[in-house]
Amino acid sequence: MDFSDRFSIPPHDDPMLYASIVAIVLTSIAIVVGVTYFKKWGYLWNNWLTTVDHKRIGIMYIISALLMLFRGGADAVMMRLQTAVPDNTFLDAQHYNEVFTTHGVVMIFFMAMAFIIGMMNFVVPLQIGARDVAFPRLNALSFWLYFTGAMLLNLSFVVGGSPDAGWTNYYPMAGPEFSQHVGVNYYNWALQISGIGTLMTGINFIATIIKMRAPGMKLMKMPIFIWAALITNLMIVLAFPVLTIALLMGTLDRQFLTNFFTTSDGGMDMMWANLFWVWGHPEVYILIIPAFGIYSTIIAAFSERNLYGYTSMVASILAISALSFLVWVHHFFTMGQGALTNSIFSITTMLIAVPTGIKIFNWLLTMWKGKIRFATPMLYSIAFIPLFTIGGSTGVMLGMASADYQYHNTLFLVAHFHNVIIPGVVFAMIAGLIFYWPKMFGFMLNERIGKWAFWNITIGFCLAFFPMYFTGLNGQARRMYTYSEATGFSTLSMISFIGTLLLAVGFVFLVYNIFYSYRHAPRNIGGDPWNARTLEWATHSPVPEYNFAISPTVHSEEAFWDYKENDYELFKGKVEDIHMPNNSGWSIIFAGFFFAFGFFFIFHVWVGVIIAFLGIIGCLIYRSFEKDDGHHIHKEEIEATEKELGGAK
Amino acid sequence: MKLKGVYIAFFAIISGFLAGCELLVLDPKGPQADKLANVIWISIITMIVVTIVVLVMLTIILFKYRASKQDPDYKPPHIEGNKYVEIIIVGVPILIVAFLSVVSVISVHQVETAPEGYETDEPLVIYASSSNWKWHFSYPEQDIETVNYVFIPTNQNVEFRLYSHGTISSFWIPQLAGQKYAMSDMTNYLNIVAEEPGEYFGRNANFNGEGFAENEFNVTALPADEFDSWIEDIQNTAEPLTEEKFEELLEPGHLGHMTFTGTHQDFMPAPEGENSPHNHGKSDSEDDSGHPH
Amino acid sequence: MKLDPKNLPLEYSTETNKLNILGFWIFLSAEIMLFATLFTTYFVYVDRGVGSGPAGAEIFELPPVLIETFLLLTSSFTIGLAVHAMRINRVKAMIWFMVVTLLLGAGFLSVEVYEFIHYYHIGATLQTSGFTAALLTTLGTHGAHVTMGLFWGIMIIIQILRDGLNARTANKSFIFSLYWHFLDVMWIFIFSFIYLKGMM
Repeated sequence: MDFSDRFSIPPHDDPMLYASIVAIVLTSIAIVVGVTYFKKWGYLWNNWLTTVDHKRIGIMYIISALLMLFRGGADAVMMRLQTAVPDNTFLDAQHYNEVFTTHGVVMIFFMAMAFIIGMMNFVVPLQIGARDVAFPRLNALSFWLYFTGAMLLNLSFVVGGSPDAGWTNYYPMAGPEFSQHVGVNYYNWALQISGIGTLMTGINFIATIIKMRAPGMKLMKMPIFIWAALITNLMIVLAFPVLTIALLMGTLDRQFLTNFFTTSDGGMDMMWANLFWVWGHPEVYILIIPAFGIYSTIIAAFSERNLYGYTSMVASILAISALSFLVWVHHFFTMGQGALTNSIFSITTMLIAVPTGIKIFNWLLTMWKGKIRFATPMLYSIAFIPLFTIGGSTGVMLGMASADYQYHNTLFLVAHFHNVIIPGVVFAMIAGLIFYWPKMFGFMLNERIGKWAFWNITIGFCLAFFPMYFTGLNGQARRMYTYSEATGFSTLSMISFIGTLLLAVGFVFLVYNIFYSYRHAPRNIGGDPWNARTLEWATHSPVPEYNFAISPTVHSEEAFWDYKENDYELFKGKVEDIHMPNNSGWSIIFAGFFFAFGFFFIFHVWVGVIIAFLGIIGCLIYRSFEKDDGHHIHKEEIEATEKELGGAK
Repeated sequence: MKLKGVYIAFFAIISGFLAGCELLVLDPKGPQADKLANVIWISIITMIVVTIVVLVMLTIILFKYRASKQDPDYKPPHIEGNKYVEIIIVGVPILIVAFLSVVSVISVHQVETAPEGYETDEPLVIYASSSNWKWHFSYPEQDIETVNYVFIPTNQNVEFRLYSHGTISSFWIPQLAGQKYAMSDMTNYLNIVAEEPGEYFGRNANFNGEGFAENEFNVTALPADEFDSWIEDIQNTAEPLTEEKFEELLEPGHLGHMTFTGTHQDFMPAPEGENSPHNHGKSDSEDDSGHPH
Repeated sequence: MKLDPKNLPLEYSTETNKLNILGFWIFLSAEIMLFATLFTTYFVYVDRGVGSGPAGAEIFELPPVLIETFLLLTSSFTIGLAVHAMRINRVKAMIWFMVVTLLLGAGFLSVEVYEFIHYYHIGATLQTSGFTAALLTTLGTHGAHVTMGLFWGIMIIIQILRDGLNARTANKSFIFSLYWHFLDVMWIFIFSFIYLKGMM
């Protein structure tokens, strides 16, 4: 294929694509003009693009995650619209394939991952009473590498064509023989680059949690979310290198014509599936465990009770993470590896239900004898319990190897994993966002609009996904761009489309709520608007740059609650100079070279690849020689800030 | 307790819906699919019980302990946990999982071997191979080949030998048996018995590119004598399948139903035994591990 | 290693230094997973992925492999000496040992390049079969790590020459030594399970 053929803008002759290109260009121009007009470039550069502050990086992750949520959500609406009626011609097969592939990749890698990492960035240092993460500069680099990956993948939509082999990207279909345009190259490089960023996040947070906890915070005195974050990041460090190698092999196959996953010369197509899921199944738990941590925090806070069974909660997180590395074969029970192998993996899979069940009961028992307030974060957490029980139950059903022969690759499976990921991860992230919003921005989101969003999202979710269990059992395979009237899928598919629209409306409410509350919500809400229990609520809202004027001393996992209720002295000592890291533009420039590297590699532009590679090396050399010892915030400055924010805490 | 009523009604409707309408997977026409349908019913019922227990507990707790119903001065107690409660919340899931594991292990062994009652039969062998986006069925004994449709005799163990000419696909006849992958470098074996004559829907369930949605085939089960006369009919009337013709069929695209005499096994054998591409070095026997005999 | 808190070596002397060393150990555990994945892949392809290409026993040659092993093992010893010299504050000796380490590393790489050219000439390229792809990717990933290490080592030597030995440079040198030992351990696995096993 010629270079000019590969480098095609737009990839297909489709009026919708032209429309989106125009929209993208206009939006970009509007942003640039807007920022210039309001003279905000300096502000943007100094306060955000070069920041190493974990709170700002967390917020940037979350904003990107929300943008990606809308990108992936638009894909979802297009898919459900296409399948709402039989024999629809809104999208053709190729376009539909690109849409569902992008939907999966964006939602998993660039929405859910970014959301949990953003949440961990914001919460972890505050909750352990630290001033920042262990490696603030590396943290900024993680974000910019993630952002690079996300932008590369989104670029594929308009330059060259999106990946079209599903987010699981099975070979040989994704190989050079069956997928000739550059889409899967984008997949490989976007995930490779953002994967490096994720791995660095993993290293950073393990070091942070091991070394930087407040005095007195022993391992079993860590808030449950910190446990969740620690285990999650351990899983990231152990699982992501597998993806790195799998993507490398895929790249070699596609761009250097090796025979890892081909159908000839000793290639083995199922090797990709194995490697992908050895990473992919832990990945699912990398997403859900922080979500569990958020729910534990929120349920305890709004029940005004301590978390029931703290020890068993920690034990079950450990059990889930260990088991998650031992179940990958259940993604292809139908490969024909024989009854014995399938039996073993069937049992390990269902075993995960045990620690998960323990967690469900512990949450119920946390509410038991509590004093339950139905604030929006709590509503999401309450809805999560039954919905996740259904999702988990269908997971056990799928884990039964023999029955999986009938569910595999059908909409039953699609319904299942949306049923765990949406009420599990997405609800947790929305709940967490609303819960931490006052801590991030110093005002609260409107509860009434929030509840409208909640009901739309919950009902929309049920309508969109429960019908798929039935069409799946009725023989509807996933990833079919259309179906005939005779199949009888049409009524339920239409219901599913209506549910998707409700979900979309719910998300619009969510965004509207931000605008509304920004304009109308009262400021001066104090440090602890929810009457919560953990350390992050012991400082001001929004949080000052240095987090805590005096490092807290801790004696239990709910030190702040004890400070409020039991007169525990949280802040011993006096204000001293605080050492903080310097901002740096290095990370964004480094990531920029990575973007160029990935882009040129995708299109085989070797000169560009070499130049970008030299740029990467140059950045590394610069960093090696750089001496950056940070700066000190002086005592007087801190005292002034504290006075302005309302008294030293 | 209005909410509880709503929940019960909701599940009654779901169960009624499941029982009432004829979802293909739950409307089996052969012993293999029948086993799977039973397993699915067992798991659905178990899981509905679990879900109802959680829902009832949640509803009671939410009603009893919501703030609006309580004394404003009420201070919730600090409770660390309780040994007996924890034994129950660990023990009950373990019992459920143990029960389902037994069901899973037994049934997976059953559907991976010849169906009950047909163990001693000499199976009718049909090679089913996929190419983008078609299914080719070769009958080596009868020396005929069909495209996108297959005839099988009823009450007879049919052994499908599955492989692919390219992308991975998944062979699925929901009313007769569960899925199995067809891949280019190994042959999988799937035993099927149809106990009722009739037409069944079959398809590739594994996404394999642009023509995936239409990658379907028809299965017709006939009584043995009608099946034999169908074979004879084709042997007498169909065109022979040449290598050039078959290469043409392999081109990506869709084809209608086609019939030939002779099979492509003669010039392009399935990847099994000595024809397996991974048949080097020490692992000769592994390629046949999926074989039921 | 249990460190005496009153008498910490220079590389552990600040909070940042301790964090850096811990962070690097965590990074090494990710590297172990990376190589473990490569080894697993290799073991899958070594018998079943040969296709119509050559098998391991047909292409492996003992002499270059032995030379590579000798060079890399020796370099692991010399970097150990460099860290020892650093601990007793003999900067000059330390720099010389680091230079020797890097030269041995460069020697290793040259022999490996020779080995790759040899494979190319006898028709075992990256594209030949699943097996050759797995072999060359595993060796290549290790080789790329060594190359990276060479440049990194040079940067550190320059900085020690410029700034002398301080908490910063000592920390960097110590971390570099961890990296170098790690590459050596990986090579021992490659030597045993790829070459020796393949030639038997």
